[in-house]
Amino acid sequence: MTTQTKKQTQMKQEMYRRAVVESFIKLNPRWMVRNPVMFVVEVGSVLTTILWIQAVFGQGEAPTGFIGAIALWLWFTVLFANFSEAVAEGRGKAQAESLRKARQDTPAKKVSSKVETFDANAKHEIDSSTALRKDDLYLVVAGDILPADGEIVAGIASVDESAVTGESAPVVREAGGDRSAVTGGTRLLSDWLIVKVSADPGHGFLDRMISMVEGAKRQKTPNEIALNILLAGFTIIFLVVCATLLPFSMYSGGAITITVLVALLVCLIPTTIGGLLSAIGIAGMDRMIQRNVIAMSGRAVEAAGDVDVLLLDKTGTITLGNRQAVEFIPVNGINAQELAEAAQLASLADETPEGRSIVVLAKEKFGLRGQTMEKMHFVPFTAQTRMSGVNFNGTSIRKGAPDTMIELIQSNGGTTASDLKPTVDSIARTGGTPLVVTRDNQALGVIHLKDIVKGGMKERFAHLRKMGIKTVMITGDNPLTAAAIAAEAGVDDFLAQATPEAKLKLIREYQTGGRLVAMTGDGTNDAPALAQADVAVAMNTGTQPAREAANMVDLDSNPTKLIEIVEIGKQLLMTRGSLTTFSLANDVAKYFAIIPAAFAATYPQLQALNFMKLATPESAILSAVIFNALIIIALIPLALRGVPYRAVGAAQLLRDNLLIYGLGGLLVPFIGIKLIDMLLVVFGLV
Amino acid sequence: MNIYDWLQILFYLTVLFALVKPLGGYMARVYQNERVILDPILGPVERFVYRASGIDSKAEMNWKTYAVAMLLFNAIGLLAVYFLQRMQVFLPLNPQGFGAVTPDSSWNTATSFVTNTNWQGYGGETTMSYLTQMLAMTVQNFVSAATGMAVLIALIRGIIRHNTKEVGNFWVDLTRNTLYILVPLALVLALALVSQGVVQTFNESQTVSALQSGGQTIAVGPAASQIAIKQLGTNGGGFFNTNSAHPLENATPFSNFLEMLALLLISAALCYTYGKMIGDTRQGWSLLIAMTIVFVSLLGVTVWSEKTANPAIEALGVVGGNMEGKEVRFGIVNSALWATATTSVSNGAVNSMLDSYMPLGGLVPMWLMQLGEIIFGGVGSGLYGMLAFVIIAVFVAGLMVGRTPEYLGKKIEAYEMKMASLIILIPVIVTLVGTSIALMSEAGRATIFNPSAHGYSEVLYAFSSTAANNGSAFAGLGANNPFYNTALGLAMLIVRFWLAVPVLAIAGALANKKKTPVSGGTLPTHTPLFIGWLIGVIVIVGALSYLPALALGPIVEHLMIFK
Repeated sequence: MTTQTKKQTQMKQEMYRRAVVESFIKLNPRWMVRNPVMFVVEVGSVLTTILWIQAVFGQGEAPTGFIGAIALWLWFTVLFANFSEAVAEGRGKAQAESLRKARQDTPAKKVSSKVETFDANAKHEIDSSTALRKDDLYLVVAGDILPADGEIVAGIASVDESAVTGESAPVVREAGGDRSAVTGGTRLLSDWLIVKVSADPGHGFLDRMISMVEGAKRQKTPNEIALNILLAGFTIIFLVVCATLLPFSMYSGGAITITVLVALLVCLIPTTIGGLLSAIGIAGMDRMIQRNVIAMSGRAVEAAGDVDVLLLDKTGTITLGNRQAVEFIPVNGINAQELAEAAQLASLADETPEGRSIVVLAKEKFGLRGQTMEKMHFVPFTAQTRMSGVNFNGTSIRKGAPDTMIELIQSNGGTTASDLKPTVDSIARTGGTPLVVTRDNQALGVIHLKDIVKGGMKERFAHLRKMGIKTVMITGDNPLTAAAIAAEAGVDDFLAQATPEAKLKLIREYQTGGRLVAMTGDGTNDAPALAQADVAVAMNTGTQPAREAANMVDLDSNPTKLIEIVEIGKQLLMTRGSLTTFSLANDVAKYFAIIPAAFAATYPQLQALNFMKLATPESAILSAVIFNALIIIALIPLALRGVPYRAVGAAQLLRDNLLIYGLGGLLVPFIGIKLIDMLLVVFGLV
Repeated sequence: MNIYDWLQILFYLTVLFALVKPLGGYMARVYQNERVILDPILGPVERFVYRASGIDSKAEMNWKTYAVAMLLFNAIGLLAVYFLQRMQVFLPLNPQGFGAVTPDSSWNTATSFVTNTNWQGYGGETTMSYLTQMLAMTVQNFVSAATGMAVLIALIRGIIRHNTKEVGNFWVDLTRNTLYILVPLALVLALALVSQGVVQTFNESQTVSALQSGGQTIAVGPAASQIAIKQLGTNGGGFFNTNSAHPLENATPFSNFLEMLALLLISAALCYTYGKMIGDTRQGWSLLIAMTIVFVSLLGVTVWSEKTANPAIEALGVVGGNMEGKEVRFGIVNSALWATATTSVSNGAVNSMLDSYMPLGGLVPMWLMQLGEIIFGGVGSGLYGMLAFVIIAVFVAGLMVGRTPEYLGKKIEAYEMKMASLIILIPVIVTLVGTSIALMSEAGRATIFNPSAHGYSEVLYAFSSTAANNGSAFAGLGANNPFYNTALGLAMLIVRFWLAVPVLAIAGALANKKKTPVSGGTLPTHTPLFIGWLIGVIVIVGALSYLPALALGPIVEHLMIFK
């Protein structure tokens, strides 16, 4: 065994030890009353314990051992339920612990806002991180721990965010743009930053994260509340069923004992789901955390399961971040190699991914090596000229968007080749981006730049379609380009030339139509749309406004993670539904165990219903109670892991889950109760 | 069972199903204010009713106003029925000169008829004047049925509509239900029954000379008109004490067939109306199929149980099943069919004595009522009760497919669950607690005429029947006394309105929601799988709630007889 796994085992043991302690602490009625089902069990345990004490003093309504055994197992039932919750919480607590370490008080280099030049030497005074307030400025230099969340005002630096994300590769953060947010507790590896604090102490991102994973602020989610109402409804029904059984049995000529009534009640009320409900909710949040997604509320996790429209940014999500050159198409009788050569020369100094891809393509297709000639004078791209290129030996090569280039040629008195325009159009029609290359005011041809759809996207979208989720691609491209990429990627719809307003409008339209919309975003201009969306996932690399507007933050900044988030949400609901079905289906077998036993004295004829052939009335009732307690323990792993979700239609999911948890729930207790009964007999306990 | 038994049942169901679509479609048109064939005749009447009572038929109500109007109307009805009984001695059309009905019986009968239960603690022909029968009983037979249908229509509107608070106008729904649906159907059926010899007269009781010693008094009266609506409106309150076992209330096999048909007719057709109104008839059909499957299965149990002779009687050499308490005119199958049908809808009319059924034969009617009268169920109330079960079934199934549950595009959330839980909870509480009180009290035990398990079944049956607004009686229990009149009256009142009001609350909540469009992730609610699941939920909830109670009654009785 390696030390690593040894340490893990130790941590696990420690976690379970703490969970056991927690299970007892949670017996506090004020805590238990939050869960009506288990509260009833606790009251039953107290009642039977009192009856047992009475029996010890010779006033028992039934054999002392029997009452004692029932009381004991009822306590176990409560403890097992508490244990499941404690284990679920424990996993979050361990995570919170390591986060909290990152949040220790750190010295902060507070900078006055009156300082005129922002640089590494800006005047500052040393203060504690707890003294920093919103809108304060602080300076960090390489090696410092960032004292608080904030927005970078000046500087660029690499940051080690592993304390938060668990990802060891450093990330670059810089002022302006979409990567300007930093998190307190992370460490600066190089350079310097001046940061404006965005949250008061105790309200930072890390603090929120800690309280979320700890479950301290966990409130019941809407669906959990609805399910709780249903479970409370069943509990009341069974309470009435059992309570009225006392007068019924008295009339029939033999009062049933309170112990048996309590045992019957606990077996009937949905303790399996009631005991595990809380653990299921916590585990759902936990599964998000394991995938490095921090949900700001349980409500958001639940809503994720309901999403029916996914808005996905084209760039970075559906396509690789950048367009790439895929073809050189010469015009006017020029040969392709000549075009490639010119294109390569024009792009040598172009450090954009597009520019580099041109150099690479020329090398791949024509074996051209990028050679630097003397006296080469590169002309960089500017917003005014909207083209780039190179001048050497009196030759000038330029590349740029078609309309710019055509205008250039014409303004210099040249004419464009007749086949230029059709070539440009045909590329645009297929969704590509044409770049025209000229040499000395003569068009040589067109470079075909193309968005490259990420591998496996088509399958993922088909997968989503099966789940009943519509995918919409959001892009700033023109509709023609957008349509082509949408078709290639296999999304259901697209929004072209998207502006923040257009995005917001689209979300609202879907919502008015009754749909639930999920989206990812990172930029500040995404913030309004994120705030409007039902499930909004901000990239951790995103800006502060984006992270504030979202209800989840993805620490990996992986936009395709939305799909997993939806699955986790669905799993959460499925686990609740399946265990509810299981819990209620269980009752049938318990009736067949307990009813004949309970009235064995009054109506021995009812033994005909005891087709499990349980040994004695006592063993029958005890077996049912023991089964009822053990099934909670047995199902804890399932509650924590969640019922697996597969992307098949709703009808098939229902059929499968009904078969497993409905039919299984009917049959399993018959087997379980019989086995326990046999064991009780074998060990001579009854 | 022989082939003729099966054929009779098959014929009955075929005719019933053949009528579902035409009648259901007609009712949908009535509710949607579309043109119907009776417009030229009834249009002026309807407009006159609105003018005379100052109703703005275009005004819509939110659910609370609707509920208040419904409660108010029924409260006035309650008082009217009560005082008509108390004052009948001073009122006309009382040829027998019957005195005032006792206060407790009047209360019981008033709640009974207002709640569409029609539990009868009294003997009609020996207690009630013709005026009371017609003005109190028959009128309530119409309007209590119309009330149930109105509440259902409000719920359907809640499902159809979105982003609104309005669920319709109670007065308009009440008027149109009565005028366009119940009156025409009752008229046709009454005439058909009269043709078979069911009595309809204002004459006093007739004395005829019998073959054996002396004369016999034969009660008559305006029976056919009341019987028609008693069957159609799932009322069940007979004109005569022996109900439809009486030859003047149910004269021939054909009148028996018509009366049985009328039992399920409107409740079954409303399923189609529902599908039509929500724009997806498959939804309506699947509910009807679910109901039919449960009905036919339980019918099978009753028929099988009654065809099996009691071993004790068989030992005496009597063969041919259990004929005790059954009319020879109708035989076992038609008696069992009637008993199953009358308890599946909340009717309660009888053509044979259920107390004499075999234990399991008696268990079926009792359990059908305990399920909450949702297998067809009362007119309107049956379907709205069923929809409460659908909401629960959809909730759990919806979770199992990984979505916040939704039914027909409406999300099922905490509020709907609260109301749906109430709808399922209240009848169970009233039945079981009521039975307990009766068994524990001196007054309750005093009039139980049979010992042990059977006597217990009789009390359980009485509360199951009243707490399901059915009105069917097991007999063997003296219920016309202050204790049972008061307790059963309370049971009827609580269950009727504590169910109707939550239903209206659901209607209001659903109407206010937006509609989620269907997608691949939506749980389909018209598939065989969902039908099976719905049946499973109904049966499991029904079984779990009542198995212990039934074990001490009919089940142990059965086990005692068949050792």
